[in-house]
Amino acid sequence: MKVTVTVNGSEVAAEVADRTLLVHFLRDVAGLTATNVGCDTSSCGACTVLLDGRSVKSCTVLAAQADGRDVVTVEGLASGPDEMHPVQRAFRAEHGLQCGFCTPGMVMATVSLLAENPSPTEDEVRSALEGNLCRCTGYHNIVRAVLAAAGDGKTAAQ
Amino acid sequence: MIPAQFSYQRASSVDEALELAASGGEDAKFLAGGHSLLPLMKMRLAVPEILIDIGRLSDLSYVRDDGSHIAVGALTSHDDVARCTLLADELPLLAHAAAQVGDPQVRHRGTIGGSLAHADPAADLPAVAVALDATLVTRGPSGSREIAAGDFFLGLFETVLEPGELLTEIRIPKPEASGWSFQKFTKRAIDWAIVGVAVQGGSVALVNMGQTPVRASAVERALASGAGPREAAAHAAEGADPSDDLNGSRAYREHLARVLVARALEESLSRS
Repeated sequence: MKVTVTVNGSEVAAEVADRTLLVHFLRDVAGLTATNVGCDTSSCGACTVLLDGRSVKSCTVLAAQADGRDVVTVEGLASGPDEMHPVQRAFRAEHGLQCGFCTPGMVMATVSLLAENPSPTEDEVRSALEGNLCRCTGYHNIVRAVLAAAGDGKTAAQ
Repeated sequence: MIPAQFSYQRASSVDEALELAASGGEDAKFLAGGHSLLPLMKMRLAVPEILIDIGRLSDLSYVRDDGSHIAVGALTSHDDVARCTLLADELPLLAHAAAQVGDPQVRHRGTIGGSLAHADPAADLPAVAVALDATLVTRGPSGSREIAAGDFFLGLFETVLEPGELLTEIRIPKPEASGWSFQKFTKRAIDWAIVGVAVQGGSVALVNMGQTPVRASAVERALASGAGPREAAAHAAEGADPSDDLNGSRAYREHLARVLVARALEESLSRS
């Protein structure tokens, strides 16, 4: 079927098999390979992207379900090639990554969390990242990064 | 991992969904959020030939106060249920339990109707629907039906829904007794419940203690005759038929049921 998705602000249209998953559409059709396929069973969250502004696991969404909708991947966060999004900046500053495989998903889950709850407590951050696994077990720094990003956002809003 | 081939069809109204389902017959499945169905399809445990996407029927996403009961549209997402202030006031058990389903990404996509119609015995909301004496409203080829939650579930992934019959609304009477609790035991945060329990007043239902949600009738009888939480909870596993699997033996699940029911009844009492 013909699927048209607005990805990071640009329309991407392609004829794809009905069973195409959104994550494969993003990686293979749109050529945006930052979104990783991890567990492939909706557990690990490495494939997290925003669908109409809310975090979803793109390995468990059909491309057809995203037809006509708006998707943001980690490539779409920064405003320019030399810029970083505040959440990306916080992950870098707090060393919220080791191998980096889970990072795109962690960052997108964080962007979704902060859109819903701009000032989360540490407990709320840990709950909100339940669907994202880090096999390096770098969770402490990831939580610090999310809290720093929230603080950054507050400073920016003031 | 990708699903086996199927034909994707998108419905733009309930009527169209029913027409597509009628022409698809037993080879067709409705697709709501897809967060239970698509993982099964990727593992080839479910192989429908036709998927009818009802995910855009936004007129089935609502929470409405109908006086004596609350009506929840079948396509209301877990996230919307969890954040709904009307539900927080009137049916805190449902709002709280919805916030415990899966993880945020799953709650953004998963729907209350999808969870009930999928009928996974380890899912949280079927037991909540039983504890709340919900009525499930359907539309199908032979018209509309109202089915008591207690009569809806037949077995593992099996309900009384006929092929082509669509769950459209969940009607829940406003509870008379205010105490409530939802407890579930998992090894890791996002896991399915090894055992769970939903309590509303004197109504008690168990998650994953059989092939369907199980009403803990012996506990309810003990409560009705004046037993305290711990005394009543001793009956939690009576009449249940839990499975033996990697997550726990039958005896372990029976033990968990007694412990969790005691905790739930104590918490419920503290809220009444």
